[in-house]
Amino acid sequence: MRSISTDVVIIGAGGAGLRAAIALAEADPKLRIALVSKVYPMRSHTCAAEGGAAGVIKPDDSFDLHFDDTVGGGDWLSDQDCVEYFIHEAPKELLQLEHWGCPWNREADGSVAVRPFGGMKKKRTWFAADKSGFHILHTLFQTSLQFPSITRHDEFYALDLLVDDGRCQGVTALEMRSGELHQFHARAVIIAGGGAGRMFPFSTNGAIKTGDGMAMAYRAGAPLKDMEFVQYHPTGLPNTGSLLTEACRGEGGILVNKHGRRYLQDYGMGPETPVGQPQLKTMELGPRDRVSQAYWHELQKGNTVTTQWGECVLLDMRHLGEKKINERLPLVRELAEAYLGVDIVKDAVPIRPVVHYMMGGISTNTKAATPLPGLFAAGECACVSLNGANRLGSNSLVELLVFGRRAALSAIEHVQGAPTPNAAALNACAEQTQSRIDDLMSRTDGTESMSGLRREMMDTMEKNVGIYRSEEGLQEGVNKIHELRQRYQRVRLTDKSSVFNTDLFQLLELGSMLDCAEAVTVGALARKESRGAHQRLDYVERDDKNFLCHTMVYHQGLDVPRVDYLDVVITKSPPGVRDYSGDHK
Amino acid sequence: MTPLKERLVQLEVLRYNPDTDTEAHFQRYEVMCQEEWVVLDALNKIKADIDPTLNYRWSCHMAVCGSCGMMINGEPKLSCHAFLRSYEGVIRVEPLAHFPIERDLVTAPDDFMEKLKRVKPYVIPKEEKPISEGEYKQTPAQLMKFRQYSMCINCMLCYAACPQYGLTPSFIGPAALTLAHRYNLDSRDGGRKERMEVVATKEGVWECTFVGACSEVCPAHVDPASALQQLKIVGSIDWIVEHLIPGGKS
Repeated sequence: MRSISTDVVIIGAGGAGLRAAIALAEADPKLRIALVSKVYPMRSHTCAAEGGAAGVIKPDDSFDLHFDDTVGGGDWLSDQDCVEYFIHEAPKELLQLEHWGCPWNREADGSVAVRPFGGMKKKRTWFAADKSGFHILHTLFQTSLQFPSITRHDEFYALDLLVDDGRCQGVTALEMRSGELHQFHARAVIIAGGGAGRMFPFSTNGAIKTGDGMAMAYRAGAPLKDMEFVQYHPTGLPNTGSLLTEACRGEGGILVNKHGRRYLQDYGMGPETPVGQPQLKTMELGPRDRVSQAYWHELQKGNTVTTQWGECVLLDMRHLGEKKINERLPLVRELAEAYLGVDIVKDAVPIRPVVHYMMGGISTNTKAATPLPGLFAAGECACVSLNGANRLGSNSLVELLVFGRRAALSAIEHVQGAPTPNAAALNACAEQTQSRIDDLMSRTDGTESMSGLRREMMDTMEKNVGIYRSEEGLQEGVNKIHELRQRYQRVRLTDKSSVFNTDLFQLLELGSMLDCAEAVTVGALARKESRGAHQRLDYVERDDKNFLCHTMVYHQGLDVPRVDYLDVVITKSPPGVRDYSGDHK
Repeated sequence: MTPLKERLVQLEVLRYNPDTDTEAHFQRYEVMCQEEWVVLDALNKIKADIDPTLNYRWSCHMAVCGSCGMMINGEPKLSCHAFLRSYEGVIRVEPLAHFPIERDLVTAPDDFMEKLKRVKPYVIPKEEKPISEGEYKQTPAQLMKFRQYSMCINCMLCYAACPQYGLTPSFIGPAALTLAHRYNLDSRDGGRKERMEVVATKEGVWECTFVGACSEVCPAHVDPASALQQLKIVGSIDWIVEHLIPGGKS
């Protein structure tokens, strides 16, 4: 085992991890920064975000409006002090990216352009065509190359946090190329490991999004918060699950059922608006939870279109015209053409809701600090309680900037007061990881198939923890995931090689996903209300009396996790009615 | 509605494990696939159902993360964007050419990563401006000058296609040079001179013999060949100004 001593270690080199690394390097060039990622930074899933990033910049907009949209969009489960901090930091971060070269689309006068997005009362989404996440990621990665204090450890798979004296002081990671275990000793750790959408079979998420960062913190004792809130994006390609950005609707695309009816008007998001003249915060610009839920109802009513890829509704963008589509939605046109054979200029494209984003994650406060001293988290892996029960599209790309930077600043504060790590104690801790890997590699009595367990997990999540949920289904989900976690202890590792052993990494990723899946199912079963993305057929109303609180799930080894609750921070907006009727009362 | 068509696909995949193999060899797999699948889907099915020891990189499955570049029937392709319907007979799958193999279809991109860093692919500001003063103004026309060259996903297919990189590994190569050009063209940037010291050199653009294979294989329509030709012109003008015009400075 090799030991590396550093000041701050960051796990994950996507948008949040890179933003944190740059903030650390800028704040103190003498700080040693280790950036550990299981992929090269530009492969991180930030690259797949399309539509854009929200920040108040135009004269007709205001912080109060962004606050109201975010809090209402989150069905009042957002912590309002967090939202307040976020909306004020958002434009600064987006401008910072502009200064670093991000190719934002522009108005004729050279100022940044903004586009409409779901659930937002004003146009405030900055965008780079429909490749906004890609450009944000590459801008950050390329900018990071100028800082000599950032040492990258690309293709290192992080395994376990090193905790001693009640403080997080490092992490173990396998170098994928050699199979050699490394331990990083640090005075602060930032997890920026992304979401866990791959626990579901139909997801926009890349293969790497297996919740490793969440699971690592959870196993080390940090609670996972609000995991039951899983966002379905309303418009995914029905075969591959590839995302067709909300900007399709922001630019004027409409959703129709098999009768050609714009069905969203039947689910509290009407009345109908004229085709090609999208109105903010109504109809196709409703929030993602409501739009995805409307699909489910259309499916029950038999109003969906039957295609060779299953039941769908249609996203019609033909009226936008080829010029606008090529300028604003070039990737969407390419994806639909390549993977589905549909040219969106000529035909409506069949789509269905697809798992997209975890509102929940490692519990953090507005300073991006977890309850475990020395451990910070940012981006999708964290739950800082910005997004509440339903994230608004274009808030997450900004979230990873704002809280990536915030995690870095908090880590610096922490480092200044932190004692020197006790190397012997951390070594002993790291030896436990080494034994875990050695056991796996020498295991000869594995009886469970890894791909088999993964399939059972995915099927369970889809069947029992989908857009609409019930007591019976959730109980079945809890039981099944718990069973799978026991069976996982007997999983078979076929490949025993030390070099780039993806059989081993997939096995470890499955362990992460099962931990996260258990937190999702347990949280969902315990939350006996409907709020945002968590909809119960047996508890159809929001229950502010009993559930205006965050679910906190604590890992208990192989036992069922412990569930606790934490109050939501309400500063100025008491729970109210979510109104997406476009001001038509 | 008719069900999706299936087809038995044969793949011949290059295998190499430095732990146990003295040299690489091909392994044949037969796998039932849906007609609309891509090569990556076939590999994923092999990995899950037939051979867990097969190794390759992938993530996004939408041609934007750049992980899954490999040689498919001798051509550099993203396997998530290589449609089975385009191939007949046995499909030969090999690791990306011109890079050392780590294992199976996984190659070591260290050389590319180092070159990317060398060309300083970041804004070196023409004028410093605090965030509080807002954005640098950039018109849509100014954006369009470089936008195409900012689309590079770093998949390295162009390096696998470039005969010059194959012959002369010190060549900085298409993607990195294109990114240098992208920042040179950005109205916010003032770093052209610094970058040209790296770019307008024997290892830089002058190594390029304008074969154009880079642009043919680019999955993001970046057209590195055109960027390199433009860089040569810029480099030549700089040289003329510096050496032939009395009192001239580049």
